[in-house]
Amino acid sequence: MLELRDVSSGYGAIEALRGINLSVGRGEVVSLIGANGAGKSTTLRNITGLVPTTSGDVVFEGVRLNGIPTHQIVGMGISMVPEGRQIFANLSVAENLDLGAYLQKNKVENARQLELVFALFPRLEERRKQLGGTLSGGEQQMLAIGRALMARPRLLLLDEPSLGLAPILVHTILVAIDEINREGATILLVEQNANAALKHSHRGYVLETGSIVMEGPSERLAADPRVREAYLGER
Amino acid sequence: METFLQQLVNGISQGSAYALIALGYTMVYGVLKLINFAHSDVYMFGAFMGFYIANSSWFQATMGTSVLSGVVVLLGAMVLASMLGILIERFAYRPGRSPSPGTLAFWFGILGAGFGYLLGKTPGAVAAGVLAGIVVGVILEKWGVRPRAQSSSLKILIIAIGVSFFLENSGQQVFGADPKFFPQIIPTKVLNVAGLSLDSQKLTVLGVAIVLMVLLNVIVNYTKTGRAMRAVSFNLDAARLMGINTDRIIAFTFGLGSALAGAGGILVSLMYPKIDPLMGILPGLKAFVAAVLGGIGNITGAMFGGLIIGLAEVMAVGYGQSTYRDAIAFVILVLILLIKPTGIMGKGMVEKV
Ligand SMILES: Nc1ncnc2c1ncn2[C@@H]1O[C@H](COP(=O)(O)OP(=O)(O)O)[C@@H](O)[C@H]1O
Ligand SMILES: [Mg+2]
Repeated sequence: MLELRDVSSGYGAIEALRGINLSVGRGEVVSLIGANGAGKSTTLRNITGLVPTTSGDVVFEGVRLNGIPTHQIVGMGISMVPEGRQIFANLSVAENLDLGAYLQKNKVENARQLELVFALFPRLEERRKQLGGTLSGGEQQMLAIGRALMARPRLLLLDEPSLGLAPILVHTILVAIDEINREGATILLVEQNANAALKHSHRGYVLETGSIVMEGPSERLAADPRVREAYLGER
Repeated sequence: METFLQQLVNGISQGSAYALIALGYTMVYGVLKLINFAHSDVYMFGAFMGFYIANSSWFQATMGTSVLSGVVVLLGAMVLASMLGILIERFAYRPGRSPSPGTLAFWFGILGAGFGYLLGKTPGAVAAGVLAGIVVGVILEKWGVRPRAQSSSLKILIIAIGVSFFLENSGQQVFGADPKFFPQIIPTKVLNVAGLSLDSQKLTVLGVAIVLMVLLNVIVNYTKTGRAMRAVSFNLDAARLMGINTDRIIAFTFGLGSALAGAGGILVSLMYPKIDPLMGILPGLKAFVAAVLGGIGNITGAMFGGLIIGLAEVMAVGYGQSTYRDAIAFVILVLILLIKPTGIMGKGMVEKV
């Protein structure tokens, strides 16, 4: 469904990705783990066209994404929940969700999707009229995910959805991700919380300073002594 | 007391005109974090477009001094001003942000017009110059010469100042440097309301400004495009991720702000009919102050800022301090910024973890 072939990318002179290869198959949950600064966010930002590809190819459902502006990539069925949620704090919860469906013209479908989002996160329905900025951190994360779902993406990119949340909320979010996947969306999940990410994904990649250093089924990665030592805090 | 009330009305009319111009500064700052220095020249351009429309033989033949003629001049100036604003955005600001084919051809075409005029001083020579310039621009772009991404806001600021000078000098060249007199397109009466003698022109200015500001509020707060504008001004990348074509929204914002500046140009010219190519500088500066005063990026703030500046100015003149007329805006600015650096309505970002 999605394939990155020898992709390099970065910010001006700073090369954040050095020829990475990564693929996500339809229906999969794939996790991308790695330390702070490894290039996880850059990978997602590169897929959505926010950071340009300097060499290599990004291919989604057979279409090369290199150079296509972000709003068109979103229109092709890829949505992203950015790091730090980045909800529109000056807009109401309802307006945030409406913006998620910016490219979706079918009002009936949008209303149905909104119901699905509210079923997933009932808290959002209660706070529909509140400004996004007045929500708690967990609710903001729910809003960020709900907003991305409003575009009815076939591929959902999630950048550290558990960051800064209390354990109970981390659990809520991860359960929601399982549910989203069961309803048909393919997911690429970026996490520093390797433990959680590997538990909730089929396959995983480990990124270190801009290169993929390990990949495989999540269970095998979670059992690998190197992963256990470096990312699961064991010796 | 009566003079005070009269001054109050005058000040509010003057202030509403500043508010219209201030809105453009604040909206563009909202979406681009850029002070569009050329905005004051769009205001000047609006006034001149109104002048030419009202003096055209078509207009003279079909329209008299009526409300309709006022509407035609106003709308005409607004449409043309918004086109200028969109053009400025497309060829001066966008090239530093997104790929913008045709940029070199555009600027070389203008350069060619200048050379053509220097060499021939005939329309034919100018046209030939434009054509040659466009060809050079297209060829350069074919060779891969393109505008580079501008990450530094200082460079974009300098581009903005350059565009402003360019428009002022072009105005002097094309419209002529001498002042012109804006025609009386709407009837003037002095109305006596409750013992106050009110100038119908000032009331018209106020009325039109209010209608335009209400319209703007409807667009920004209750339409899909308005919602996209607010999203873009809050967080450009997040807006992109919603599928918003941010370049289009930015162009729309320029068009909207420029239309309001054009309207401001007409309204001020109704009150003070002397117009010239540098007429935008001082009102532009004061409107900019009004925008900062209200909290730059904040639409309601710009409206209040404009009112405050207009009122203060008229009051200063009315109570014998006309020497300070132009300084008062800046004095208020310094005072407010010392107390509240983000402006009256500006607030820090709310971020929660
Ligand atoms: N906007 C930016 N400008 C310059 N360098 C950046 C920017 N964002 C990230 N980087 C650099 O790119 C590298 C990868 O960052 P990032 O993708 O954010 O890592 P991660 O998400 O894995 O923590 C880091 O070295 C970081 O300093
Ligand atoms: Mg990151």
